[in-house]
Amino acid sequence: MAYRILSDHGLDRFYTIESAPGVRPQEVDPAFYAALDQPEVRRRVVDFSNGTVSRVTFRIPAIHCAACVWLLENLYRLVPGVGRSEVHFPRKEVTLFVEDAQVPLSALAARLASLGYAPELKLDRLTSVTQASGKHRLLIQIGIAGFAFGNVMLMSIPSYLGLDPHAEASLQRFFGFASLLLSIPVLLFSAQDYFRGAWTGLRQRLLTIDFPIALGITALFLQSTADILRHTGEGYLDSFTGLVFLLLCGKWLQRNTYDAIAFDRDYTSYFPLAVTRRKGGQDESVPLNNLVPGDRVVIRHGELIPADAVIVSGTARLDYSFVTGEAEPVTAVSGDYVYAGARQMGDVLEADLVKDVSQSYLTSLWNNDAFRKPREYELQNMTNLAGRWFTVAVVILAACTALYWWVVDPTQVARTFAAVLIVACPCALALAAPFTFGTAQRLLGRAGLFLRSPSVVEAFARAKVVVFDKTGTLTTGQTGEARHEGGELTREEMAWVTALARCSTHPLSRAIAAGGAGGNLPPVEALELIEGEGLSGTVAGHRIHIGKAGYVGAEAGGDAGGAWVSIDGTVRGRFLTDQTERSGLIDVVRDLSAQGLELTLLSGDRDTARARFEALLGAQADLRFGQSPHDKLDYIRKRQDKGQRVMMIGDGLNDAGALRQSDVGIAVSEDVTLFSPACDAVLSAPEFSRLPAFHRYSRSALGILRAAFALSLLYNVIGLSFAATGMLSPLVSAVLMPVSSLSVVLFTTAATTWAARRAGVTG
Amino acid sequence: MSVVFLLLGASLVVALIFLGLFIKSVKQGQYDDTWSPSRRMLIDDDPVVKTKTKKEGK
Repeated sequence: MAYRILSDHGLDRFYTIESAPGVRPQEVDPAFYAALDQPEVRRRVVDFSNGTVSRVTFRIPAIHCAACVWLLENLYRLVPGVGRSEVHFPRKEVTLFVEDAQVPLSALAARLASLGYAPELKLDRLTSVTQASGKHRLLIQIGIAGFAFGNVMLMSIPSYLGLDPHAEASLQRFFGFASLLLSIPVLLFSAQDYFRGAWTGLRQRLLTIDFPIALGITALFLQSTADILRHTGEGYLDSFTGLVFLLLCGKWLQRNTYDAIAFDRDYTSYFPLAVTRRKGGQDESVPLNNLVPGDRVVIRHGELIPADAVIVSGTARLDYSFVTGEAEPVTAVSGDYVYAGARQMGDVLEADLVKDVSQSYLTSLWNNDAFRKPREYELQNMTNLAGRWFTVAVVILAACTALYWWVVDPTQVARTFAAVLIVACPCALALAAPFTFGTAQRLLGRAGLFLRSPSVVEAFARAKVVVFDKTGTLTTGQTGEARHEGGELTREEMAWVTALARCSTHPLSRAIAAGGAGGNLPPVEALELIEGEGLSGTVAGHRIHIGKAGYVGAEAGGDAGGAWVSIDGTVRGRFLTDQTERSGLIDVVRDLSAQGLELTLLSGDRDTARARFEALLGAQADLRFGQSPHDKLDYIRKRQDKGQRVMMIGDGLNDAGALRQSDVGIAVSEDVTLFSPACDAVLSAPEFSRLPAFHRYSRSALGILRAAFALSLLYNVIGLSFAATGMLSPLVSAVLMPVSSLSVVLFTTAATTWAARRAGVTG
Repeated sequence: MSVVFLLLGASLVVALIFLGLFIKSVKQGQYDDTWSPSRRMLIDDDPVVKTKTKKEGK
C-alpha cells in the first residue's frame, strides 16, 4: 500500500535509497487526530503561524533511515498544502510548513500516520516546550577558548624558542598585551561556569571539583597579568587558555546525550493529548488538561483511561501491565472503578471521571518527594570527593610554601604561592572522569544500554542491590501457553475444554486453546457467555464451565487466579498462564549473583509465579508480590536508609517512582525511542542478557578512573616540586600542563575501550 | 621588524572573522543535527520533468 501511494506520486525512488526502508503503513482513523484542530491544542503544536502558513513540529519515532528523511522532505509532492519540510534526525522530528486553508492539522497527521510515520502526540506537548540552548552556549565557550588558545600559543613561540627578550622588548610587550586581551573573554565567558559552580558549592558548604579549578585558573590569570603589566615575564596565558579549552572539551563530552531518547518523561508523555468527551449526546475532542471530575468520556479500543473513573456502560477489558505490573487483562463492568493509565483492549466504553488527571491513583505518584530532589550522583561522585581532599591538601601546601619562603626569601612569597596554586589546578583530575565515563557511555550505547549521562556509569558500578520488576522486565509481558494444575485431564476431556475455550476471545481462553488439542474438535452446543465471569457450553453431551472460581463453583480460598474448569459439575482444577521469560534470564541471575549483588523482585502481579522466581533467585531472595507503585518506591527508600545502593530495573509507569528513588534506575524497553518512564538508563530489551557484562564493564571503568586519578596525582607531585622550589617557569608549565592533561585523556580513552573489548561489550 | 605588528594584526582580524562565523553558525543551529545533512547531499534531486519510464528494480 505504501508503495502504491508513493509510486502514484512519482516517489518510488524511496525504495532505491535504502534496500529495506520498511515503512509500515496503517489504516488510520482521522478522528483519532481530531483534537489537533482544537484551537487550544493547535496552539501548542504549532510553533509559529502568520494566519495563512503555520510551522508545525511533529515527533515521529518511526524515522530511522536516509529514505525516511528523503520521503518526509519530499512530502510537498504527496500532500497538497505542505510547503517545505525538514527532518531533525537525532531528535526524530520533522518541521513542516503548512497552508492552514488547505490542510487541517488532523488530516496532515492522519496522512503521515497512513504512510507509517505516525506523529507522537502526548499530553506533555500541552505543558512544556523543549529547547536546547545550553548546548549552543557550551559550543561557543569552547570556540572562544580554542581561538584564544591557538593565538596565544602562536604569540608564545618566541619565548618557547628562548629568544632574547631584551633584544625585542617592544615586540615582547606587544605579544604580552595581545595575549592578555585574548585571554579576558576566556576568563569572563568561557570559564564562567567553573566560578559559578565553585560559588554555588561554597554556599551549600560543599567543596566540588569546580573550586580548585576556579582557584587554579584565577591564580594563573592573575600571576600572568601581573607579570605582563610589570614587564617581568610573559606569563602563563598559553597554559591558562589551553587548560580552559581542554576542560570545556571534557565538559562537552560529559554532556553527550542521546537526543532520540528522553530520560525525563513522566506520565504526561504516556497519556494522549486529548480524549473524546460526551456531553449532551454529542462527542467532542477535549484536551486532557481540561477534563474535570464528572466528565463523561468515551474510550475506544486501544485508548487509555485518562483519569480514575467509574464505568457507565460497556465492558472494559483493561490492560494494566504498564500501571500495576499485572500481566493479565482485567475485566470490569458497569459501576466498577478503574484506574488511570489502563489501556482498553475491549470495545467502546463510557466512563465518568472521578478524579483529576494529575490526582489519580497512578499519576499522584509524581507528587512524591522523590521527583523533586536532584539526583545524588550529580554531587556525590568520585571526582568531587577526590577534589575535596585535593583542595584541602593544596591549600595547606600553598600555605607551607609561602611560610617557608617568607622565612628564606620574602621577595619570592607571592610568586611561589601563586605557582603552587597554578600547578595544583586539578585539570587532569577533572578530565579523567569525563573521558573515562564518556567513552564508556558511548560504547555501552552502541551495545544497547543508553545512559542519561556519563556519570551514571559510576552509580551503575556501585550498586549493591538489584531490584527487578517482573512483568515486562524479567518476563516479556506476552503470555505463553496455559498450564493446567489440580488433577489430570484425559485427552478427550482436554479436547472438550479446548473446543469451548475457542469460543471466547479472552486471553486466558486463547492461551488454553493454543495449548490444547488440535485437529477436529467436537462442536459446542448451548453456549453461554457471561462477560467478566466465564463461559459454559455442552460438548459431546457434557456440561463444561470455564471461568472465575465463583462461576465454576470451586472453593479456592485466597488463591483464586487463573481459569477454573468444571466438567459435569465437578471442579477439575484450573489453567494458569506463565509469562514468557526473557531469554538468558538464568544466566543473568547467576552472573549478577556471582558479582556479589543481592537480587530482589518487586511485582505488581499476584504471586502465581512465586515458586518459579524463588527457584530462580534463590530461597533467601526478597520476593514481594502485589506491590503498588507507592510500595515499590517505599521499599527502595527503606533499603537506602540502611545505606545500600540500589539499582532498580523496571519498565512500566508503575516502576517510575522506584526508578526515580533508586540510585540508578534502568528501564527495559522494546523500542528505545518509544515511551519509557523517567530513568537513568534505557536498556534495549534484546540486550537484556548482557546486563551482567555491562555491570562488570562499569566496574572496570571505575577502576580505570582510580588509576587515572593516581596518574594525575603523580603529575601534580612533579609540578608541585617545581612550584614549591620557585622553579616554575612558563616553559615548564607550558610543557607539564598539556602533557599531564593529554596523557590522562589518552590513557582513559584507550583503557576504557580496551576494557570494553575484554568485558565483551564491544567487538 | 615592525612588519610583524602588521602581520599579526591582520592574522588576528582574519581569525576573528572566522570566530564570528563559527558563533553565528552555532546560533543558527547548524551543529544540532550532524546526521541528516550528510545523507541528504547523497540523494540526487529528481529531474524536474517527470518522465513516464518503466521503474527499474521492483
